[in-house]
Amino acid sequence: MMRRLDALDAIYSQLEDAIVVTIMGAVAAELQSIGHRPNFFYLQHAMGLASSMGLGIALARPDRQVVVFDGDGSILMNLGGLTTLARYRPRNLVHVVFDNESLLSVGGFPTATATGSDLAAIAAAAGVPRTCTVRELEAFTTAFAAAMSARELTTLVAKVDAVGPSGYVTDLALLENRFEFQKWLRQH
Amino acid sequence: MPVSSSSSRAIYDALKDGGVRLISALPETWLVHLVRMAEDDPEMTLVRLAKEEEGVGISAGAHLAGMTSAMLMQNHGFLASVNGIVSCAQLYRIPLLMLISYRGEFGERDPWQTEGGGVTEDVLRALRIPFGYLDTPDHVARRIRKAQTLAHSANKPVALLLCRDLMWEEPA
Repeated sequence: MMRRLDALDAIYSQLEDAIVVTIMGAVAAELQSIGHRPNFFYLQHAMGLASSMGLGIALARPDRQVVVFDGDGSILMNLGGLTTLARYRPRNLVHVVFDNESLLSVGGFPTATATGSDLAAIAAAAGVPRTCTVRELEAFTTAFAAAMSARELTTLVAKVDAVGPSGYVTDLALLENRFEFQKWLRQH
Repeated sequence: MPVSSSSSRAIYDALKDGGVRLISALPETWLVHLVRMAEDDPEMTLVRLAKEEEGVGISAGAHLAGMTSAMLMQNHGFLASVNGIVSCAQLYRIPLLMLISYRGEFGERDPWQTEGGGVTEDVLRALRIPFGYLDTPDHVARRIRKAQTLAHSANKPVALLLCRDLMWEEPA
């Protein structure tokens, strides 16, 4: 297994020119702890919709690579959205799901992936053309780089330890992030 | 099927004139012509949803990426989208143009539409979403343009209720 923070750190340099959308909680806080960039947007609520936002951006900006950092708890709230992703299968979208098999930020209660639900298999069955599950850091970095150059919609499930930062509120205000991100998209 | 094609055309043309280039939709009877028009239009990206709440995320992404969008849904789809509207569109000040077919009002024959019809306006008010009615063809273009203008100046979701008198041609 690996820590999500290490996984993010290992691929951080590949995010410089990508449009990045993350879910709330640990993923957002950890990516900001490595280094916030104006091309990163953190959807700090609306669980399930980060993948849908990624789809909207990918369709509107087919010229740019979009990366979504999702989680098991979030995507389980929008499994239907996987069928929509697969239906339009934007070639510029890489959908990473950090699967810690729990709802870490609200007490660590297990999600259905803890009892056998397989998100990569669900994505594949929904029609996502490239899917895989990785459990080690080296496999993750290899799979992520492959997904970024594949030019094919990919759902990459990374099994990670159920550990996160001590807090989730950062000093980046939600609306500051939102308008800065929009401005970056306008300029790039 | 007595869904009005001329009213649907007026709505579609107004959306196009307003710069809408992405429409997310979950089909329902009153929306069939609108969905087909979007499907047949090479300038329009039509995103068919599994559930309406996805459309909030898709429109939010499209907006931040510079594309004007609209959502087509039934009022029950609006009810199913409430958390996305609150926790994505309102929290992040996203202009959403929601065209909501207003089932379950006077004249409704389908018993299953009546409960949702009865709460739609109250839910819109509780969410402080500005809304108006599209009920005759002559004001369609003007109201769509004004709704869009407010959505963008306020950076907020707005709704237009597509009413029976506009959408459904009752047999005489």
